Parts: sequence; C-alpha cells; structure tokens
Amino acid sequence: MTLAERLAPVRRRGHSRAVIGLAFAAPAVLLLLAIYILPLVALTGFSLTDYRLGALSTEFTGTANFRRAFGDPVFLRALRNTVLYAAIVIPLGVGLALGIALLVHSRTRSRGIWEIAYFLPVTATLVAMATVWQFVLHPSLGPVNAAIRWFGFEPVSFLADPALIIPTMAMIGVWQVLGFNMVLFLAGLTGVPKDLYEAARLDGARSPLDRFLTVTWPLLGPTTMFVAVTTSISAFKVFETVAVLTKGRSGSEVLLYAIYLEGFEYAETGYAAALTLLFLAIVLVLSIGQTLHLDRKVHY
Amino acid sequence: MEPQSLELTGVGKGFGAEDVLRSIDLAIRPGEFLSLVGMSGCGKSTLLRIIAGLETPDRGRFTIGGQDVTALDPADRNLAMVFQSYALYPHMTVRQNIATPLRMRQLSQVARLPVLGRLVPGRAAAMARIGVQVAEAAETLQIGHLLDRKPAELSGGQRQRVALARALVRDPAAFLMDEPLSNLDAKLRAHMRSELAALHRRLGATFVYVTHDQIEAMTMSDRIALMQAGQIEQLGTPTELYERPATLTVARFIGTPAINLLPAEVDSAGRVRVLGLETGLSAPRGATGAATLGVRPEDLRPGRGGIRARVLHTEHHGADRYVSVLPEGLADRPLTLRLAAGASLPADADGRLHLAFVAERAHLFGADGVRLDCHVDARVSA
Amino acid sequence: MPVFRRLLPLLLLGLGAIFALLPFYWMVLTSIRPPAEIFNISLWPVPQDFHAAENYAKAASAVPMARLMLNGAIVCLGILVVQVATAVPAAFALAKLRFPGQRLFLTLVIAALCVPMQALALPLYVGLASARLLNTYFALMAPFFLSVFAIFLFRQSFRSYPDEIIEAARLDGFSWMEICWGLVLRGSLPALAAFSVFSIVAHWNDLYWPLIVVTDIAYAPPPLGVLFFADAESGADYGALMAGAAMITAPMVLCFLFARRQFIAGITMTGVK
Repeated sequence: MTLAERLAPVRRRGHSRAVIGLAFAAPAVLLLLAIYILPLVALTGFSLTDYRLGALSTEFTGTANFRRAFGDPVFLRALRNTVLYAAIVIPLGVGLALGIALLVHSRTRSRGIWEIAYFLPVTATLVAMATVWQFVLHPSLGPVNAAIRWFGFEPVSFLADPALIIPTMAMIGVWQVLGFNMVLFLAGLTGVPKDLYEAARLDGARSPLDRFLTVTWPLLGPTTMFVAVTTSISAFKVFETVAVLTKGRSGSEVLLYAIYLEGFEYAETGYAAALTLLFLAIVLVLSIGQTLHLDRKVHY
Repeated sequence: MEPQSLELTGVGKGFGAEDVLRSIDLAIRPGEFLSLVGMSGCGKSTLLRIIAGLETPDRGRFTIGGQDVTALDPADRNLAMVFQSYALYPHMTVRQNIATPLRMRQLSQVARLPVLGRLVPGRAAAMARIGVQVAEAAETLQIGHLLDRKPAELSGGQRQRVALARALVRDPAAFLMDEPLSNLDAKLRAHMRSELAALHRRLGATFVYVTHDQIEAMTMSDRIALMQAGQIEQLGTPTELYERPATLTVARFIGTPAINLLPAEVDSAGRVRVLGLETGLSAPRGATGAATLGVRPEDLRPGRGGIRARVLHTEHHGADRYVSVLPEGLADRPLTLRLAAGASLPADADGRLHLAFVAERAHLFGADGVRLDCHVDARVSA
Repeated sequence: MPVFRRLLPLLLLGLGAIFALLPFYWMVLTSIRPPAEIFNISLWPVPQDFHAAENYAKAASAVPMARLMLNGAIVCLGILVVQVATAVPAAFALAKLRFPGQRLFLTLVIAALCVPMQALALPLYVGLASARLLNTYFALMAPFFLSVFAIFLFRQSFRSYPDEIIEAARLDGFSWMEICWGLVLRGSLPALAAFSVFSIVAHWNDLYWPLIVVTDIAYAPPPLGVLFFADAESGADYGALMAGAAMITAPMVLCFLFARRQFIAGITMTGVK
C-alpha cells in the first residue's frame, strides 16, 4: 500500500485531543451535575422554604428553618450528642490505633495475624455487628455484664441508662475505627527511614520513649493529623449504631439521625434541608482542614 | 517500503508565549541518516514529535515522499519511532510487543478484541503471517531467544533491541529515534552506535535521529542539523560541521575536547591579533573590532614563539593526552592541547612553554558569533 | 523483669484483640447454641447441644436471606461497573489529555470529595420520589454511579504511566479507547483492585441510603434486612438473630481474609473511607 492510498480514509478521524478529552470526561461531568451540583442547588433551595414532600403549596420562608433549628431542643440535643460522641471517638480512636500500630509494627512474624484481628471490625457490616454488640452488652444475657457480676459489681445497662448510651455507642465507634486507623499508621511508620532511629540512638536517645519522641512522633505528624481528621469526619456521620441500638430513644439522637427523621419520617423537607446544610458545613470545615493540611505538611 | 524523503517547510511551534520552533526548513533525503543535535531545550525533540505527528505545528507544512501529511494522525504516517525509554508495552511479551504495530495494521478493530477477536475469520492466517515477520525482525536484532520474556525481565540493551525490532518489523517510511542510546552505559552505547550505523546501511532507510550527544551524531550521521533556540544553526555533513563551523555555537558544540576559544582583535587592515600577537590571518573586508578565534585542541601545539602559557595538568587517554595550559593574560580560561602520547612537550622546569597553532585550521567568528572566512597571508603563525 | 518487658507488648496486643474479636466470637458461638443455652454466659466454644442448623435455617426463613444477598450483590456490582466505566475515562482525560474546562472539572472533583453522600440524600430522594423510582435497584444505585473518589484515585495512578508508551501506541495505531482501557488501566490494576474492594465493602455495608429509598424487602440489601429482622425478632430468638448477622457479615469478612493485601492497599492508597 502506498502512502497516497492510505491518506484518503484517514482525514476523517482527525479528532483533536481536546475533542477526545471532552468525550472521555463527558459521562462523569454529566453525572457530577446530576448527583452533586443540581442536588446541592436544590438542597439550598429547599432550606429556604417550608417545602414538605407531597405538599400542595410551598412558601419562601427565608432563614426561618435555620432559626428554628437553633431553638429546636431535639436538634440541639442531637448536636450535643454528636459532639460528645466525637469527643470520645477521636482521641481514643486515634491514640489507641497509634499504640496498636507501634506494637504491631515491631512484630515481625505475627504481624499479619494482628492486622487481621484488628481490621476485622472495619469490614464487618456495622448494622449486623451493632445487633451483636446489643447482645454482648445485654444486662442479663451478655458476657460483659456476666464478667462485671463475677467481679461483684452491679450489672450495667449500657444501652438503657441515658448517661451511658452515647459513651457506649462511642465505644462501638472506636471498636470499628481502630483497625482502619491502625493501617494508616502502619503505612506512616513504614515511611519512617530506619537510619533515623539509628542516628537517634547514636545521638543519645536511649529509651524507646526518647526515640518515639525524637523520631516517630514528629515524622508521623502528618499521618496523625490526617487520621484525626478522617476519624472526626466519620464520627460526625455516625448513624447505623443509633438506627439499630436505640432509634433515638432516651434522647440519644445524633445529627444524621435527626436529619433522617425530619426529612424521611416526618417529610419536613425544608427543615431537614436546613439541618443538612448545617451538617454539611461541619463536615466541610473538617475536610478543608484536611486538604489544606495535606498540602502543607508532608515533609518526607 | 522504499525509503522516503521527509520535508519540513516553514514549520513553527509555540507553547504559550514561547516559540519553541521559529521557522524550520529541512529536507531530509530518502535513505539518509540525519541527526538533530543540540542542547536540551533547543527544539530538536519537538521537531521530531512534529514529524511523528505527536505534536501539530502552528505554522508550516510537513510532507512525506511529497505527500502533505501535516494534519495526519500519527498512526497513519507509517513512521516508526524508538523512544528514549524504549516505551515497550509492559504487560506484553517481547513477541507481542514486536507484533503490535503489525496487529494494529493487519487486523480489524473487531479482530483485535481480546476474546471475541478469535472468532473473526482469517485472523489465524494473519497472525501466522505476523509471527513470521516478528521472527525475522527478532533474527535481525539477535533477540530470538528473548521472545517470550516481558520487558521487565530484560536488560537495558535488550530492551533497546526490542524497541528497534518493533520499529523494524513494520517496514516504515522512515525511522525516528529520540535519544535512543542515552539510557545505556558508556560501553554498550559505543557498541550500539556501530550497530545502528550498520542497521542503517543494511536497510537503506531514512533515519532521523535526535541526540544531545555530538559524538553519536558525528559517528553515525550522513548529515547533522545542529539546532539552537528553535532554529537550525547549521546543516551539513559531520566533516563540514567540524571543519567549517558556521557559528560559534556550532564550533563549541562539536568536538571533544571542546574547541579552544581565544579573544581576538581585527584591526582596520583586517589583520587578526590574539593576545596582542599577529596570527597571520586576514579577516574579510569590513569585519573589524572584537572577535573570537577558535582553535581545535589538535591544532594547538608547543612552538618556539607565540602565546606564553603554563602547564596546569595532563590527562592521559592512551594514544592521546590532553594537556591543559593557562595562557598569560587569560587568567581563568585554560586551553587544551591534544598531543600524541609519544609527542614531546617542551616545557621548562616551571611548566612554561609557548603555544602555536595552524593558521589554516583556525576559525574566526565575529562579535555576532557568525563565521568569518579568513585567508592566511603570512608564512608564519603565532 | 526482661521476660515481662518482652511479654508486655504481646499482652497489650492480646487484650486489644479480645476487644476487637469478642463480638465475632460471641456472634458465632450464640448462632450455634440452642435457645436454652442463651443464659449460659460461659465462653466455652462447644455448646452442650449443637443448634447451628436450626438457628441458621430459622434466620434464612425469617427474612428472605437469599434475596437479601442477591440484592446486595446486584447493587454492589451494578454500582462498581458504572463507577469504573465513568471514572476511568474521566481520570484518563484528566491525567493524559488536554481539554477546555479541565482545571474546573478537576477542582469540582476535589470539591465533591469533601461532600458526604448523606448531604445529597434529601434532594436525590425528592427527585427519585417524584420520578416514581423508589423501591427499585436503580434508586439504590444511582447516587453512587459517579465516584469522584475513583476519578481522583485513578488520575493519581494514571499520571505515572509513561507518556512515551502512549505515544508509541499512537504511532502503532491504537485508538484512544484502546490506550485508555488496554494500556493505561492495565498499568493501574492494583488501584483498580483496591478501589473495587473499597467500593464493594462500602455499598454492601451501607444502611443510610437503602433505608431511605427502599421499603419493600424484595429490594432490601443485607443491612436493611438485618434491621427488619432485628425489629421483628427483638428479644425473642438470639440464636437465629446471630445466625442472620453471621451470614450477612460473612461475605465481606471472607472477602477481606482472601484479599487482605488489596484492602490494606486500598486504605493506604487513599486514606479516605
């Protein structure tokens, strides 16, 4: 075949790179519009009205929904509960995971087994495991209270005592997040060069604590920050445990559960939209902190 | 396929505000080995990528064998390219890598599909034909024993051969090579230079070869296009570039050790002086003032009179030695002499000596860097 | 003392592991015990009377267990296929092509990474409800068809694919589709594996969205089924309840045990849950 012969059919497919690029991105762009951008616009719109799903008339109410939220005892309680939940999950979920990661990292042969043990809760279906926890913590049937009785104390009703419900659920939250955070810390630890420990040894860092403070902790700084932020975001999204264990009984609502009730059980669409925007604002502040921090502080 | 001529006319290309190629006119003859040489950023790679069709020029035309292909897709130009990193498909065996350009040409889109393709009639026969061609190409490059390995299991030199085989197998209108030897170690590079030159002689195909290494260009090319700042400074045979560099840039770039450059002065009569000494050279009419005189290291030698200098150190290179000397009056610009190993160096105890050079072989460049053709009027040189 | 020093880390790890594994152990143990032994709080693994068959049979008949599993599989695979089909070309365009609006698109993708699905649930629900699409597989899957996370992950991974191979492929005559799916994605198989695991686990375990759009148990994925089951059975038959929980948890746990490396790579590659 000569060059002249192959010229003719070719001109047709002289697509420029830009056209190809647009064509490749198009499905994702359309979905981005349909799933993110339009819904966010609609959400903002709903939040300014008294729209109820299926209602015949809707009125513009301005910021009334937002003002209502800050006078709504249920929402305020949900906010308080969520903050309390996060205040327990974040330090324990990060601190314990770091401790476990340090211990697991120093195991050479048994490392895989520990990884599996701690990671199992991450993959398990939380809804199912919440029912298991309910049973494990049962005042008369569960092994935890059996142990408490064996030590001679009164049994504790973890999921009925209003003062204990949120801490108990936070404990389940810690149980679920530990393995996830441990894996992140382990990845961070493999990024710490071995020479640094040897250098620190020669420089006089004698005890393991010294070496942790001079080498590990500073180098794990970015990882720790990242883990803390992801943990806090997932803490603010707590939902399953409440939906299974209490259904908001005894004042145990959390943010997402309150939104779920208003929006989908009571069909208060406008009000739920306002609550959703408040929820989104909290998550965004945390995520933006995460993005900014990631940009700035990766120093290895 | 017959070797084709490649012709660029007024080709220009800019990225953003910057012009990478000004206006390139270059006619590459059928069957020629042409090297594009220059420092990094001179535009040589962009020019090659325009030839390949990977970049579209902003201005100008490009023809292959007289056909305008400026707007043609790279796949349809029938050019083969060997990349600096070899660009082998990592998931394919050597055999599949070499077969790929043939598969893409000889099988339809449907026949190329992973499983479904096997159902297309005639595919088996086409694949058998391809297999024969692959075996021939592998034979030529002596990689027959590597056909079932993956690129990751090959050494740099072997990958290089696979990339060449992949280019060779398709019988292209021309071969384009983008610094193909730069990832090899020095010894292998020297060996592959002679192999590439032999391959070119055997195939008689058109080769366009991009390199920043003037030795590669000098040893393999029929002609060299030396590029600088998006323009071709000089186009000529290796000898022409070495013997008659058109500009200071060319003189500096070609030759190792590098040419010695001496500040020169042209008086109103056209006489050329270096460091206040007569050189016996006359510049053409009208060229007066500051200039630069270039002398190759082999043309500089110890003499009885002339430039006074002091020996700094000597490098032994077997048959040759390079002597670095510091002339008086040129504080920080040592010169290099290239002497045969056995030649004597008449320096005194302090390492002092006089330097002379062959006037006929010196090159004079004006203040603008352009060559000034001198004639030698005196019998003696400085 | 040195012995104690050596054993202390093991002791701590062991205590933590008991905390992590206790619910699993108790779940499996209860699921094979007869109702009469429910009050037996001993941790001894062998029940006096094996009751596994009865418990698991009861769990499988109280809710349409097979149906739940099938729904879970359909939804997870459907979501994954569309996510990959849309994210891979978009990521390829972002990583290796130039097109107008590219920067804006990338910015939007990164911004969308910060928006949790729960924030979009309300308007998406209103839209699906007004289109009369509630209680369908489509409603379960639609909000997840676009994974901005996948786009971001694949873009990062694709960027490291050598440009020269893409150029060689163009000279060899590959179409852009073949370059994208046949070459570049093949170079990112670990990222694809990690993302697939991540996506399947996330959607198998998700409760929030199914709870909103599905009321008909015929379309319920496993977590919603557990919720129905737990509500119906509360307090009555723990053996069957635990058997149900074990069955629903098993696929992902097994998946993890078999693809541990991909799970861990998925998390470390991304760090996003």
